Amino acid sequence: MEPASTTSTRAPVIEPLTGVETAAERARHRGLPDPADVVMECLGLNVFYGSFHAVHDVNLSFGRNEITALIGPSGCGKSTVLRCLNRMNDLIPSARVEGEVTYDGIDIYGRAVDPIEVRRRIGMVFQKPNPFPKSIYDNIAYGPKIIGMDGDMDHIVERALRVTALWDEVKDRLDDNAYGLSGGQQQRLCIARCIAVSPDVILMDEPCSALDPVSTSRIEDLMVELKERYSIVIVTHNMQQAARVSDRTAFFTASPDETTGNRTGMLVEYDKTARIFTNPVDKRTEDYISGRFG
Amino acid sequence: MGSPDVVSSGRLAGEPARRLSAASPRHGEKVIRGLLILCAALSIATTTGIMISLVGPSIGFFREVSAIDFLFGTEWSPVIQPPSFGVLPLVVGTLSVTLWGLIFAVPIGLAAAIYLSEYAHPRVRSILKPTLEVLAGIPTVALGFFAFSFVTPLLQDLWPGFLGDGPNIFNALSAGLVIGLMIVPIIASISEDAMSAVPAGLREGAAALGASRMRVALRVVFPAALSGIVASIVLGISRAIGETMIVLMAAGATPNMTFNPVESILAMTAFIGVTATGDIATGTIEYDTIFAVGLLLFVMTLVMNLISIRLVRKYREVYE
Repeated sequence: MEPASTTSTRAPVIEPLTGVETAAERARHRGLPDPADVVMECLGLNVFYGSFHAVHDVNLSFGRNEITALIGPSGCGKSTVLRCLNRMNDLIPSARVEGEVTYDGIDIYGRAVDPIEVRRRIGMVFQKPNPFPKSIYDNIAYGPKIIGMDGDMDHIVERALRVTALWDEVKDRLDDNAYGLSGGQQQRLCIARCIAVSPDVILMDEPCSALDPVSTSRIEDLMVELKERYSIVIVTHNMQQAARVSDRTAFFTASPDETTGNRTGMLVEYDKTARIFTNPVDKRTEDYISGRFG
Repeated sequence: MGSPDVVSSGRLAGEPARRLSAASPRHGEKVIRGLLILCAALSIATTTGIMISLVGPSIGFFREVSAIDFLFGTEWSPVIQPPSFGVLPLVVGTLSVTLWGLIFAVPIGLAAAIYLSEYAHPRVRSILKPTLEVLAGIPTVALGFFAFSFVTPLLQDLWPGFLGDGPNIFNALSAGLVIGLMIVPIIASISEDAMSAVPAGLREGAAALGASRMRVALRVVFPAALSGIVASIVLGISRAIGETMIVLMAAGATPNMTFNPVESILAMTAFIGVTATGDIATGTIEYDTIFAVGLLLFVMTLVMNLISIRLVRKYREVYE
């Protein structure tokens, strides 16, 4: 692979700007979300695990009511970036985050910010379905209970299950253990569990990698429905999936550090999904999406 | 790419078929297998042997004393004429000490386990947990001395007047607290193992919903680890019921049917310990009481184990 060159990862695209555009026009021109529609943003994000530099200087904005896909080879830091977006990295004792991650313009790593409040607004769905070893009903009700949500719990549970199209499949066995569901149903249950607390942003870390193609397709349909109400960021290894569901795609790669040889993840290119997959600017993106990568 | 004579290849045309029978009978395998079976059988044989040695003399005892008088009698005076063999004061004494021990040990042991499993930095845990486990290895005679010479005077000094009379020189509370100290490491260590074994995915799932660490620990990790946690408590209870030296040294030798912690009691194990090393002739009814009490101890522990297995089956949350 080419060493991380000094050239800007964002070369001018299509037509050069004239310099008199508004910020919104410049963003649109570069394939970024309109600044007024940005829900979350990473500014100079660096992540370390102990002395290991996992992610280097990521600047990335996520559009409201959009699906943003993070793609790239294994070890490129895309999951690490995702886990910074709701401070899940706090659970790893050696992890250290530098830079800013803003949500509605507020730095979620700020001094006064409570990570628990952050996670109530920014939910997460994991790679392996991880329902609690409780009943289907209790899995959904767990979140609303702990945050003290008002309202009829039966109604909250039913709504979450209907949104994820699970209701008809499980309505007669809400008291059964969630582990009795199939893998795809378990993952939809985890999405329902996440939705039940009414988050604003949903992070998905390779949500379909443990599922069969039919279940995958259902979850992809669900994501497209969900983006009307939520903003979604998804990490995926499946490039077709990114191409099918996402509005914008960020391509990450890992480059070896010159002194230590450790591979540090970095953002290569971020653009509208259609352009990333048909007309990428960076050679590394092109190699990856066309399958010529390493 | 190795050359063909370095990389062993498949059979070439014309080579003879390879032999499939063993070159020599593998007697060693059979010997090893036999030795392993022997070792496994040894523990079963020991348990059976203990049962037989308890039941035999107990039968002799129950020919003389009715089981009803033994189990429900409230007066224990086997060496005074006329003798009385009501075992309840001893049972109550044992239960009292065990109760005070558990009241002390269960909250502290579980809190320590939650800290080690859910809060402690890995480096802190790697130091704390082995230290805790060393505590479990302190000889009980040292703990008994500690209870008698340190805890009891301390309790007598600190005893608040509104609770009534202060502790006797020998009392159930001091022995109970030190037994609790002894089983804290057992409960903490085994519970921590069970909690650490709960998949990280469950913790992450709860944390991602906005659950605080305490909620994750109590509502997700704790129920999922319940079988291990209950096992640790049962083991702790078994150790407390069976503990002899501490009760012998700190709780006294007065058969006393009371749960009052400040009074002296006689625990079942302490009775066995004192009587077995005393000057009572073997073969007498007094001597056989040891076995009857021992058998009752054995049955009590067994019943407790069976109950706890039932409880765990009913309440634990099984994760895959």
